[in-house]
Amino acid sequence: MVLVDAVVQGVLLGGLYALFAAGLSLVFGVMRLVNIAHGDFIVLGAYIALMVVSLTGLHPFLSLVLVVPLMGLIGYALQRLVLERTMGADVLPPLLVTFGCAVIIQNALLALFSTDAQRLSAGPIETASLPVGSISLGVLPLITFGVAVALIAGLEVVFFRSRAGRAFRATSDDAETAEAMGVDTRHVFALAMALSFAVIAVAAVLLAARSNFDPFAGPARLLYGFEAVIIGGLGNLWGTLAGGIVLGVAQTLGAQVSPSFQILAGHLVFFLILALRPRGLFPRMD
Amino acid sequence: MAEPILSVDGLSSGYGDFQALFGVSLDLAPKSILGLVGSNGAGKSTLFKAILGLLPRAREMVRFQGQPIGDVPTRRLAQIGIVMVPEGRRLFRSLSVEENLVLAAEHGRKGAWTVQRVFELFPILGEKRRQGATSLSGGQQQMVAIGRALVANPEVILFDEISLGLAPIVVNDVYAALPEINASGISAIVVEQDVDRVRRLAHQLVCLNEGRVVLSGPAGDFTKAQLTAAYFGE
Repeated sequence: MVLVDAVVQGVLLGGLYALFAAGLSLVFGVMRLVNIAHGDFIVLGAYIALMVVSLTGLHPFLSLVLVVPLMGLIGYALQRLVLERTMGADVLPPLLVTFGCAVIIQNALLALFSTDAQRLSAGPIETASLPVGSISLGVLPLITFGVAVALIAGLEVVFFRSRAGRAFRATSDDAETAEAMGVDTRHVFALAMALSFAVIAVAAVLLAARSNFDPFAGPARLLYGFEAVIIGGLGNLWGTLAGGIVLGVAQTLGAQVSPSFQILAGHLVFFLILALRPRGLFPRMD
Repeated sequence: MAEPILSVDGLSSGYGDFQALFGVSLDLAPKSILGLVGSNGAGKSTLFKAILGLLPRAREMVRFQGQPIGDVPTRRLAQIGIVMVPEGRRLFRSLSVEENLVLAAEHGRKGAWTVQRVFELFPILGEKRRQGATSLSGGQQQMVAIGRALVANPEVILFDEISLGLAPIVVNDVYAALPEINASGISAIVVEQDVDRVRRLAHQLVCLNEGRVVLSGPAGDFTKAQLTAAYFGE
């Protein structure tokens, strides 16, 4: 029963990791860009939510009405004003610029908010749980998992059923030809980044309601997200969800062995999958 | 001749330090087909890329309906009415046949050519609309590439070696569509290695050699021997 409980908790934790990963996967899929600052932007989103909540008194979940568009704007501007200038045949410059962003965000947050651990208070929902048989499921992890599934389903619809999604895929395939068809590929890239940042906003609020965060909490979030993307297989959003679940279950099972083994167990499973299936479990991209 | 729909005037361009075109000029009459011939490396594809802004050109070097468009960025040309059927087709491999066409229609101009009409012109594409575009045979892929240009409802289509890599019988199928396309009012510049085919198809001929125009005029004015000589730069 303890094992079943650990697996179920791990699956729910996987939902959070999938949220960390979905935006990363999207940006990599459309423009082959690995955003090293992804985790730091999640933390930035959490601080923005914190400010919105303290200024407006909104419930953290309702604050998303403001935080999502705000983060989307930041993503769009980041692409048009900064990253766009570095993109070309060489993949290294944009990578280095996002690394620079990571350093800047961490230190700016440190200067503004100090190292004090912060938390978004979501009220009684934080500790509420539903008994299912002999195990109890936290309401917040359940919500997180549900949001992850809904968000990935939504992204799939955007990607495969909408005009913007067609432009995403065409630009990803062959930007020059897309441009000759009349697609403004710079706008398309920026839209993909904005969408990624909207997902970041959701991940940020759910993370901040669940655990403490400080200016240096980003890199670990990037790592979990990155591992979920690679385990699931590049370019496959449902695979990313599966990757998040594998990572979450590995961690909660590892914690059963010893609490200090939790994080390492996740990394070991990631390493194992990378060694056995370098393209991940469900690769869709060539 | 009526005012050309598209004219190239003293166009020089190239790749970085390598100049591939030297003062190329040509006029495309409205509703006509211009055949562009020349050996490999003569600058035919380079000329198309320069017209589309994929290679450097200056404002006055390209005119569309009398207006200079040499400074218009590539992504605006489909809206103006110039599209290309690129060499090697370059279909979007993540998109189905239908999505390739829909994408081009969404970003081009509105008009008589719809995705449905392309399916009427090339019925096989209608049957395979849901398939991945690059899963089709070479000839069918070329039909998708042509359809993608049509649904943008352009004034001018630049066809770059649409027979490349196709079996002769399939080439006939693909070229069979051109008169209907032309009859719908679309002008075209056609790059083709098969000189006989171009002479039958085109109203005007331009021959490039080593980045320069070496022969230009109505298609009926030249004997095959003259064309062949110009083709090889003799």
